[in-house]
Amino acid sequence: MLAFALKRLGLAVLVTFTVSAISFSLLHLSGDPATAIAGENATEADIAAINEQYGFDRPFAEQYAEWLWNAVQGDFGQSYYFKLPVAELIADRLSVTMTLGVCAISFALLTAVPLGVLAAIRPNSLIDRIALFISVAGQAMPSFWFGLIMIVVFSIKFRLLPPSGSETWRHFIMPTIVLGYYAMPAIMRLTRAGMLEVLNADYVRTARAKGAGAGRVLFKHALRNAIVPVVSLSAVQMGFMLGGSIVVESIFALHGAGYLAWESIGRHDLPTVQALILIFSCFYILFTLLSDLANAWLDPRIRVG
Amino acid sequence: MNDPILNVKNLTVDIPVSGGTLHAVRGIDFELNRGETLCIVGESGSGKSLTSLAVMGLLGKRLQVRADKMEFEGRDLGSMPQRQMQALRGDRMAMIFQEPMTSLNPAYTIGDQLCEALRLHRKVSKAEAMARAADLLGKVGITAAESRLRQFPHQLSGGLRQRVMIAMSLMCEPDLIIADEPTTALDVTIQAQILRLLADLKREMNMALILVTHDLGVVARIADKVAVMYAGEIVESGSAKEIFDAPSHPYTRGLLNCIPVPGKTKPGEPLGSIPGIVPSLIGDVSGCAFRSRCNQAIEACASTVPERSAGGEHKYRCIHTQLTSEVA
Amino acid sequence: MTSASAQTSESIVAVSRSVLLRRRVFGHYGLLFGLAVLGIVVAAAVFAPLLAEHSPYTQNLAARMKPPFWMAGSDPSHLLGTDQLGRDYLARLLYGARISLLIGLVTALISGLIGTALGVAAGYFGGKVDLAVTFLINVRLAMPVVLVALAIVALFGGSLQIVILVLGFLLWDRFAVVMRSSVMQIRGLEYVNAARAIGCSTPRILLSEIMPNVANNLIVVMTLEMAHAILLEAALSFLGLGVQPPTPSWGLMISEGKEMMLFQPWLITIPGIALFLLVLAINLLGDGLRDVTAPEAKG
Repeated sequence: MLAFALKRLGLAVLVTFTVSAISFSLLHLSGDPATAIAGENATEADIAAINEQYGFDRPFAEQYAEWLWNAVQGDFGQSYYFKLPVAELIADRLSVTMTLGVCAISFALLTAVPLGVLAAIRPNSLIDRIALFISVAGQAMPSFWFGLIMIVVFSIKFRLLPPSGSETWRHFIMPTIVLGYYAMPAIMRLTRAGMLEVLNADYVRTARAKGAGAGRVLFKHALRNAIVPVVSLSAVQMGFMLGGSIVVESIFALHGAGYLAWESIGRHDLPTVQALILIFSCFYILFTLLSDLANAWLDPRIRVG
Repeated sequence: MNDPILNVKNLTVDIPVSGGTLHAVRGIDFELNRGETLCIVGESGSGKSLTSLAVMGLLGKRLQVRADKMEFEGRDLGSMPQRQMQALRGDRMAMIFQEPMTSLNPAYTIGDQLCEALRLHRKVSKAEAMARAADLLGKVGITAAESRLRQFPHQLSGGLRQRVMIAMSLMCEPDLIIADEPTTALDVTIQAQILRLLADLKREMNMALILVTHDLGVVARIADKVAVMYAGEIVESGSAKEIFDAPSHPYTRGLLNCIPVPGKTKPGEPLGSIPGIVPSLIGDVSGCAFRSRCNQAIEACASTVPERSAGGEHKYRCIHTQLTSEVA
Repeated sequence: MTSASAQTSESIVAVSRSVLLRRRVFGHYGLLFGLAVLGIVVAAAVFAPLLAEHSPYTQNLAARMKPPFWMAGSDPSHLLGTDQLGRDYLARLLYGARISLLIGLVTALISGLIGTALGVAAGYFGGKVDLAVTFLINVRLAMPVVLVALAIVALFGGSLQIVILVLGFLLWDRFAVVMRSSVMQIRGLEYVNAARAIGCSTPRILLSEIMPNVANNLIVVMTLEMAHAILLEAALSFLGLGVQPPTPSWGLMISEGKEMMLFQPWLITIPGIALFLLVLAINLLGDGLRDVTAPEAKG
C-alpha cells in the first residue's frame, strides 16, 4: 500500500510539472505579454520598458524556471490588471469555487446514486426509463443554456431565487443544480451498470443463501462493491467540475476562481490565467490521486496485496 | 424419525423466454431423510441446479416455481412468506455453491462473512461468533484459523475458499445442506478431500445432504440415494446400490458407460459416449425426452412414458420393461 | 461437396448476422431517433440557402426582434422572428447548423487522428511506448479544457479555424484511452499472432488486422466526441471567446439573446433547443451504435 501510494504520488508530481511547462509555454509563445500590459496605444519605448521591467526579454527557459521556482513557494507574481499578488487574488475567490464544487458533487451523488441503484434493481421499469431519460438529457444539455433557462424560470418568472451574486446560500442553489447535473449522468450510468453486475454476482447469491434480507443484501453486499468505481469517478468529475465552474460562475456572476479566470482571460492578465490553469490542474491531479488511494483502501484486493 | 426431512412432489420450474416458456424442471419428486445423502446427477442444463435453488427459494421472481408439495421438516416451503423463508435459509438449510472463487464477497474478511451467517439467525456477540468461526475453520481442515479469519477471500486458494464456504454453511448447524457441484471448479486432488470432508461432516452432525453433480465417480463414493436427471425430469431414482448394480434407464446406462473402469476397460478401447444433444424444452414437451438420442427408441416413446418400479425404491421412466441388450 | 456445404453454412451465418443486425437497428428507438434528428439537421445545414428566405447576416434595424410565428405580432416572412439587429432568426439557425456540424466533424477527425495514433501505438507496442502515452493522457486530462481553450483562443484571436484546431488538439484523450484498451484486448489473439507468424509487417498488421476490429469502438467514440466538441464550441462562443460575431453560431446566438431574455426568452430557447436536440441525437446515435454492434457490452 505504501509503495503504491508513493509511486502514485511521484506520477502526480511529474504530471503537475509537465502541465505547468505546457501551459507556461503555450501562453508565452502565443501572445506578446508586453503589448497586453501596455495596451494598444503604447509606444515602442513603453513596450521596451515593460519588457525590461518584467523580464520578457530574457531567455524563455530562464523565465519558466523563475516562475516555477516562485510558484512552488506560493508566489504566482503580480496581476497585470489588479496590480496585486495573484496568490492573494485567487485565495480570495477559491472558497466560492470550492463551496460550489462540493455542493455540486454532493447534489450529483445524492441524486445519481439512488437513481442508479433503483434503476438497477428494476431494469426496464418505469423508474429505469426515467433515470435513463434524465441521464441522456443531462449529457446533451448545454450547461450555460440550462443555467439561463433556470434564471428565466426561477428568478424572473417565479422570483424564487436570486439570479446572480454569491452572498447567501440561496445564490448557490441554481449553480449547484446546473453544475451537478453536468456530472450526474456519468455517475448514474456507472452506478446502474455496477449494481446490475454486482447483483448478479455469486457472492450476492451467497448472502441470500445465508438468510440475509433484501436491504442487507442490497446495501452491505452489493452496493459496497458497486460503489468503488463510483468513488473514483466522482473524484475525477469533481476535478472536471472545478474546471467547468468557469462557465457556471460566469452565468450566475458567482465571484469564484472560474469567474476570475474568465475576466482575466478577457483582460489578457497572463500571470493570473497561468496560475489558475496550474491550480485547477493541481486540483484535478489531487482528486484523482485521492480517489486512487481511496480505491486502494476500499478494495482489499489492492490494499492487502 | 420416519418423516422425511425434505419431501418434494411434482416440482416444476418454468422460465419465460422470448418465444414461449422454457420448462426447465418438469415435475420431479424426491424424498430425503435425516442422515442421508441424495445425489442429483445429470449433464449441464438438465435442471439439477435449478432444482436445488428452487428448494432454497433462491430463484428470481421471473422464474415460476410450482410444486404439489415442497415440505421441509413438515413446513411447506411453497406457501411460506419471504420472511420465514429467509429465517430458514442459512439456519436450518444451507447451500454451498459451485464457484468458490466468486462466491465470497471480496470486500469483507473471511471472519466477517462467517460471523454474518451466524449472527443473522442467533443473538450472539461478535466475539462468540468469531470463536465459533475459528472452531469450524479448524473442523473443515484449515490450519491457523485465527489468522485466516482476518484475511480477505482473494488471499485464499480455491480449495481453501470452498472449505470456508462449507464452514459458513455449518455456522448454524443446519439440518440440510445443498451442495451444488462443490468440487467442479477445483483440482482433482482437492476434489477428493472436499468430498470426504462433506461426507464426514454429514455423518458427524447427522445432517441431510443433497449433492448436485455431473460426476458419477463422486456419486459412487458418497451417495445413499441417487436421482438421475435428464431434460428436467428424474429419469431414474433409487438407492446408490440399485442404480449402480442394475441401471434400468438407457440414459443411466449411457452415463455409466462413459466412465472407464480400471481393469475392465482395455487400454485403447474407446470410452462410451452418448451421441446427440439435449432437446429444446421450450413449448410443450411430450413423450420421452431422451428418445432422439436413444438406440432403443421406438415409436411409442413419443407418447406418455410410464414410471416403472424395478423393486423397492428403484424407479425409472422408460417404455421398455426389460432391457436385456447392453446400450452401446 | 464439402466446400459446397461449407459455403452454404457460411452464407447462412452471414445472412442471419445481417438480419440480426438489421433487427437490432430497427428495434433500437434511441438509434432511430438519433439518425432521424441528425438527418434533419444535416439536411437543414446542406440546404440552408434554399430553405432560408433571408441572409443570416443582413441587418434590418427597422424590423428588430419580431417574435416567432406562434406569438402575436409575428411577421410571416420571418418564421422564427428576428434578432436584436433585425436578422432573420430562421436563417441564422439554419446556417448555425453548418457551424456546429463543421466544428463537430473536423474536431472529431483531428482529435481522432491524434488519439487513435497514440492509443493504437500504446496498445500494440506496450512497454515504454504505453508508459509514455499513458503519461500524456494523464497530462492532458489534468489540463482544464474550457480554461485552456478559452485562454488560447483569446490569445490567438477567435475564429472558426482556431476554435477547431484548439479543440482538436485538446479532445483526443478519450480516443487514446479507448483505442489503447481495445487494441490491448486483441493484440494477443490468435489471428494477430498468426499474421505475425507468417511474417506480416507491423504496419500491415495494424492496418489489416487490428484497425478493422477496433473500428466499431472508434466510430462510437467519434460520435461522442463530436457531441462534446459541439457543446464546447457553443460554450466558448457563449463566453465570447469562440467563434466571433457576426458568424451565426448557436452559442453566440444564445449569448446575444441573453441580454434580452427577460422580455424575449425565445431568443435563447430556439437556439438552445436546436443545440440540445443535435447533441442528444449524436449521443443517442453513438450509444445506439455501441448497443447494436456490441450488445453484450450494453450497460
